[in-house]
Amino acid sequence: MTARIVMLHGAVILALFLLQFVASDYAVLTITRIMVLAIYALGYNILFGYAGLLSLGHAMFFATGLYAAALGVTRLGLAVPEAFVFALVCGIIVSVVIGLVALRATGVAFMIVTLMFSQAAFLAVLYFGDITRGDEGIVIKDDQRNFSLFGDAVNLADPVLRYNIALAFLALAIVLCLVVVRSKIGHVLVAIRENENRTAMLGYDVKRYKLIAFVLSGSFAAFSGAAYALLFAYAGSTLASIQYSINPLLWTLLGGAATVLGPVLGTALMFLLVDFASGFTSASLLFVGVVLILLVLFFPKGILGTIRQRWLRWLP
Amino acid sequence: MAGRRPGHPFSSRTASLLAFFPHLLLAILEGTVAAAVLALSALGLSLVFGVMRVVNVAHGEFFMLGAMLAWWIAKMVPGGPAIGFVAALVVAPLAVGALAFITERLLLRRINYDPEATIVATIGLMFVIQQLALSMFGADAKAVSAPFTYRIALPWFGFSGYKLFVVVASILILLGVWWVLAKTKWGLVMRVTQFDRETATAFGIPVTQVYSAVFVAGAALVAVAAVLIVPIQQAHYLMGLDPLLMSFIVVIIGGLGSIKGSVIAAVIIGLSDGIISMFFSPTLASIIATLAVALVLVFRPQGLFGVPAR
Repeated sequence: MTARIVMLHGAVILALFLLQFVASDYAVLTITRIMVLAIYALGYNILFGYAGLLSLGHAMFFATGLYAAALGVTRLGLAVPEAFVFALVCGIIVSVVIGLVALRATGVAFMIVTLMFSQAAFLAVLYFGDITRGDEGIVIKDDQRNFSLFGDAVNLADPVLRYNIALAFLALAIVLCLVVVRSKIGHVLVAIRENENRTAMLGYDVKRYKLIAFVLSGSFAAFSGAAYALLFAYAGSTLASIQYSINPLLWTLLGGAATVLGPVLGTALMFLLVDFASGFTSASLLFVGVVLILLVLFFPKGILGTIRQRWLRWLP
Repeated sequence: MAGRRPGHPFSSRTASLLAFFPHLLLAILEGTVAAAVLALSALGLSLVFGVMRVVNVAHGEFFMLGAMLAWWIAKMVPGGPAIGFVAALVVAPLAVGALAFITERLLLRRINYDPEATIVATIGLMFVIQQLALSMFGADAKAVSAPFTYRIALPWFGFSGYKLFVVVASILILLGVWWVLAKTKWGLVMRVTQFDRETATAFGIPVTQVYSAVFVAGAALVAVAAVLIVPIQQAHYLMGLDPLLMSFIVVIIGGLGSIKGSVIAAVIIGLSDGIISMFFSPTLASIIATLAVALVLVFRPQGLFGVPAR
């Protein structure tokens, strides 16, 4: 890994760390949310940007983590660190199973199938409303989120602590993403995206690599979901809806697919844009729709994708 | 799915045990109606995918617009539901077709019918249409009365004559589309374009115009479906998702692009949906239909009647 790549990503993480000392309380909360959801987008990008597989159903993995964590602490009596592990394991299991089925479909059929599975998961959340509490959602009580780590009591209701935990997770996700895309796996995934048949002909087990990408991506999503549930003490069915499958696609497209920092930038920018737009219109969906259409028509590579193409060829 | 309201007259399981046969009959009748509705809604999607190889995610919103227009026209046109119905049957496909024409020109053509970009762009369009419908028509569900209220008296219960009319109309429309595709020069041109776009261009077929016509026809068909169905359902700005997902299920099981497959899959899914919805719950029916898709994919990835990609 070259020095400038390490420096760039280190600088982004450092900037986010320093931001908490100047940001208002409201901004701290928003940035915490952005960072948690950016992990979701980072994972989505591994599948969509690098492997070239457009999933329209990642909300099911996000929701898996969300509900595993929320139910883990409220029903199963898990401590917060255990809930994270539990959610991650659930996310891996669900993404392996769904991946094995969905990856049998290719091209457009893959997109439709992921969309449908995700919708079935959403319906299942509503169907088992006794457990998931449906629309209303599960609210995690503060004492269920307290735990001790290395002898210190940790209270997740503290906004500054929450910010730094989210930042630590995001930093970890960025590093993991960098390692993956610069490893052999990352290169094979790009090769599959560019020409699947040729990659298979070169002797790579295309199916296995696609499944690896799918599971990695689903696990990121599940972890992000778990972080969302535990940091914001809430898990509701809207977070499992189609809207939440489209969001990471939108964020990744805006920031630049197949760039490591693109999804993070896209998530942050979209939050700012929606925040800004909500000042003069309540129609945030309209806004999302228009942005999607404009991106596809005029800006298919996204922000960092375009910057890489024009100026910074080395951007991972 | 998401927007489905519990409306079945006999949903309690204990009641169904007392008199099983009439319930089964009712379930089969309702299932037949569901199958007809499904086949009709999926037809446009299947046609567009078959010829153009793109998936229109805004398909469900074209359906919703058709239903909304039917409601609006019924309100505006004096002279009772029958006249409003006929007017809607003319105006809604024209209006929705016009929107589809603009979409094809300004969106799909500019991205050169790239499958992935089309999906993303039509998702955007879906949100835009939903939001516009919400601000124009409001968030409440709107009932439209059927053009006639004749009830067929069976020994156990009465059944809406209009629902049977929907079944007959769907069959006629399906036959009509089949006839156009199989027997006319228009159909030949479409099939040639579907088979090989480049060769079609080389033989002087105006491929972009064919695409435009097919996209408009797909939208007009789903608008007709919506006008037929709205007296049974109700118009709501979020109603589009349900027919979209059901259409997806049908075209995946039937095999993308195979109209015959779509129709057969619609009959299977519609009937099972009707029966499961009546005896258990509509949500469960939707979940089972989705799992059926998983099974089909595991054992026959190209769908029941699809041809593997060339």
